[in-house]
Amino acid sequence: MLQIRPIVTALRRHKAGTVLIALQIALTLAIVCNAFSIIQQRLQHLSQPTGIDEANIIVVQNEWARSMSTQQVDAQVNTDLEALRHLAGVRNAAISNAYPLRGNGWDDRIMLEPDQLKPTTSTALFFSDERLLDTLGVHLIAGRNFQPGEIKAMDVRDKLSPPSAIVTQALARHLFPDGSALGKSIYFGDAHPVAIIGIVDTLQPHSVDRWASGFASQTTILPSRLLSEWGNYYLIRTEPGQIDAVAAKVRQTLFAQDVMRVISDKDGIQKFPDIRQAAYDRDRGMAVLMGIVCVVLLSITAAGIVGLTSFWVGQRRKQIGVRRALGATRGDILNYFLTENLLISSGGALFGIVLAVGLNLWLVTRFEMQRLSLAYVLIGVVMLLLLGQGSVLAPAMRASKVPPVEATRSV
Amino acid sequence: MFGYYLDLALHSLKRNKVLTALMVVAIALGIGASMTTLTVLHVLSGDPLPGSSATLFNPRIDPFSMDGYEPNKPPPEQVTWTDGMNLLHAARADRQALMTGGAVPIQPTQSSIDPFYTDARYTTADFFPMFSVPFLYGRGWNASDDDGKARVVVISKLLNDKLFEGKDSTGQTLRMKDTSFQIVGVLGDWRVNPHFYDLNIGDYAEAEDVFVPLSTSRDMKLSLNGSTDCWGSGGDPEHAENTPCVWLQFWVQIVDPAKVEAYKTFLTHYSQEQKTLGRFEREPNVALLDVMQWLDYKKVVPSDVRLQTWLALGFLLVCLVNTVGLMLAKFLRRSGELGVRRALGASRRDVFMQLLIEAGVIGLAGGMGGLMLAYTGLWLVRRQPSSYASLAHLDMTMLLSTFLLALISTLCAGLLPAWRACQITPALQLKSQ
Repeated sequence: MLQIRPIVTALRRHKAGTVLIALQIALTLAIVCNAFSIIQQRLQHLSQPTGIDEANIIVVQNEWARSMSTQQVDAQVNTDLEALRHLAGVRNAAISNAYPLRGNGWDDRIMLEPDQLKPTTSTALFFSDERLLDTLGVHLIAGRNFQPGEIKAMDVRDKLSPPSAIVTQALARHLFPDGSALGKSIYFGDAHPVAIIGIVDTLQPHSVDRWASGFASQTTILPSRLLSEWGNYYLIRTEPGQIDAVAAKVRQTLFAQDVMRVISDKDGIQKFPDIRQAAYDRDRGMAVLMGIVCVVLLSITAAGIVGLTSFWVGQRRKQIGVRRALGATRGDILNYFLTENLLISSGGALFGIVLAVGLNLWLVTRFEMQRLSLAYVLIGVVMLLLLGQGSVLAPAMRASKVPPVEATRSV
Repeated sequence: MFGYYLDLALHSLKRNKVLTALMVVAIALGIGASMTTLTVLHVLSGDPLPGSSATLFNPRIDPFSMDGYEPNKPPPEQVTWTDGMNLLHAARADRQALMTGGAVPIQPTQSSIDPFYTDARYTTADFFPMFSVPFLYGRGWNASDDDGKARVVVISKLLNDKLFEGKDSTGQTLRMKDTSFQIVGVLGDWRVNPHFYDLNIGDYAEAEDVFVPLSTSRDMKLSLNGSTDCWGSGGDPEHAENTPCVWLQFWVQIVDPAKVEAYKTFLTHYSQEQKTLGRFEREPNVALLDVMQWLDYKKVVPSDVRLQTWLALGFLLVCLVNTVGLMLAKFLRRSGELGVRRALGASRRDVFMQLLIEAGVIGLAGGMGGLMLAYTGLWLVRRQPSSYASLAHLDMTMLLSTFLLALISTLCAGLLPAWRACQITPALQLKSQ
C-alpha cells in the first residue's frame, strides 16, 4: 500500500486508459445492480403462493356449442360435475368463473356503507359453491363454509346480490383492520348488504399483474354458480399423484354426458402447474435475460481490463526492469499492478454507485420498479472489485516475471 | 489512399488477433442486443394503418355519474349503447363505426369438423372501408343490412381456408348458434398491429375470424367479449342497450384535418345536451385522439420491452467504452510504426484516417456478428409465448440500421484512440528506437 503515491503519479500519465477502465466499471456496476434488482423482483413475484393445492388441480374450460337456458345449463353442470367426481382419482370438483392466475375475470369495488361514494377497496370475485374450498385446497381459518342450501344458480345477466361471502384474510384485514370482519356486512355498489361468513388464509385473484394491484391478494368467494351460455370452468382436485391419469379421462367423461360442447384441444384441459408456468413466463424470461446481461457485461469488462493492463505491462517493461534491478521483489511488482487496479476500480465503483442510484431513480419513475436496495449496490461493488483484481492477475503475473536485466535493454 | 489504408487496417487487425477478436465480439454483443430489442420495439410501436391512421379518431365522452368523480380524469375509453348509436346516427364525421368484440359458436356443416368457438367482431358497415380492410372475395355489408339486422357475415381468410378450403365462399351459409348466416365477404390477409380498435381483446391480438352486423348480434344475443364498465345500478347484458355501462368502441374517420376541431366541439355540445336532458351528470369532458396518440395514451408498447431496450442501449454503451479502451491500447502500442510513417511524411490527417478506417473495419465485422446475434435473439423472442412474439422479424430498415449503428458507434469509439495516436511526435519515437 506504500506504493499508492507513485501509482497515482503513474496513472496521471495514462489518463485516457484509467478513465476508460473506471468508466466501464462504473457503467457495468450501474447496469448490473439494477439488473440484480429486476431479477430479484421478478423471482419474488413468480414465487408468490396462490394458496391452492396446485400440484393436484386440473382446470377444464367447457364451452357449450348450442343455446341453452340457465336452467338447462345448471342441470348439465350438475350432471357433469357428478360424473367428474365419480372418476377414479378425483377428490372433488366444482364450477367456478375464475381461478388464480387465469389472467382476467370479474373484479368489483367494495364499500363499507351502502351510500359510500368512494369505494373502500377492490376485490376479485369467484362465483362458486360449497365445494370450492375443498376443490382448491384453500384453508378456512375463521367462520364457516357455504352450505349447499345457500347456493344459487346465477345467470351472468342477473344482478349481483349475494347474501353472504367468504373473503381472504388479506381482504378482511384491509376492510376491518381491527380484526372484526366476521359477521360484518359489505356492499357491492348498492344498498344490498353482503355478510362475511368465512375467512380463508390465501387465495390469489385471477391476476397478479401490475394492473391488478388494486385487489392484490383480495379475493371474495360468492355462493352462486355463475352460469354463462358460452360455458364455464370446471375445477378438479385429484388425489396426490393422479393428476395425469385424471386429465386423460376428463374429455371422454364430459363428452359422455353431452356432445354439444367444445373443449379446446389446445387449452381446454390444463394442469395447474402448466398454468403457473405460463402465467409467469414473462417474469421468468425477464429474470433470465437480466442474468445473461449481467454475465456478458461482467465478461466484457473483465476482458477490457485484461486487454488494457496487458498493454500497460508491455509498455512498462523497461520501468519494471529498472525497479527489479533496484531491488523490488516480484511480489512488489505484482502488488503494484493489483493496487493500481484497486485504485482505478474503487474510483470507478464510487462513480458507479452514483450512476446506479441515478439509473434506478429513473427506472422507478418510468417503469414502476422498486427502489434499489443498498445490499445490491454493495454486492455489485464487491463483485466488480474482485473481478478487477481477478482480471489484472494474469498481466500482473507476467509483469512480475520481467527480469531485472530488462533495464539494460533498449525497449 | 482508401485501398491502401484498408490494406494496412486488415494487416494490423491480423497481427493482433486476440485484441481484434475481443473488440469485434464486444461490438457484436452490443449491437446484437440493441438491435434485437430495438426491432421488437420498432415492430410493437409501429403504425397499424400507415397512410390512414392520422385520419382515424377515437371520440370519447364522459357519461359517468358523479360517483367517484375526480376533476381532470380522462373520459372512459368506450361508449354506452345510447351514446354510440346517437353519435353513429349523427354521422358528423366522414365515416363512423360502432363495434364490440364477441365470441360465436360455429357449427360446421362438414361432419369432419367439430363445433368450435371463435372470436367475432360485431360492427357497423363503415368498418371495412374505414380501416381499409382488404377483401379476397365479396365485400362488406351496407347500412341497410345494419338497419335490417341482416343475417350476413364476413369471415377471415383463415376461417375460409378451414371451412371452405380457400374457395370463394360468398353466397354460402355459415351456421352460428343454430342460425344460418350468408357469407358476403372473405377478408384478404389482414392483421393490424397493434389491435388498436379494441385493445381489450389483447394489444396484439389477431383480427377476428367472423364479422357480424352489430344490430344482428344484439338481435341474436351473441355473447360479448371485452371490457364492460358499469356504474350506478349496474349491468344487465340482456338489455345492454339500456344499461349505464360503457362497452362499445366507437371510431370515426375525418379526412380533412381542419374538421377535427369541429368534431371535438360537436362532442362537447353533445355532452352538454345530454347533461341538459339529465342523462349525463358531469360537465362535458371529451377527448379525440388519432390512432397513434391513442396507442401512446394506452401505453400499448409493453413496459418490459421498453425497459429491455434501454438496458440493451446501456449494454451497448459499456461495449463501446470497452472497445475505446482496447483500441487505445492497440493504436498506442503501434506508436513506433506510426512514428515511422509520420517521419516519412504522412500527415496527422493521414494517420488519423488510417486509424479510423481500421476502426470502421472492426465496426463492420462487429455489425456482421451483431446481425447474426440479432437474428438469434429475435428467433428466441419469437419462441416466447407473448401475443406479439410472432411479429418480431427484422425488416430492411432494421437490417441497414444494424450496420449503420455498428459503423457509427465504432467510428465514434475510434475517434479518441486515433486522435491520441496522432499526437505521437515522430522524432521522439524514432529516438527511442
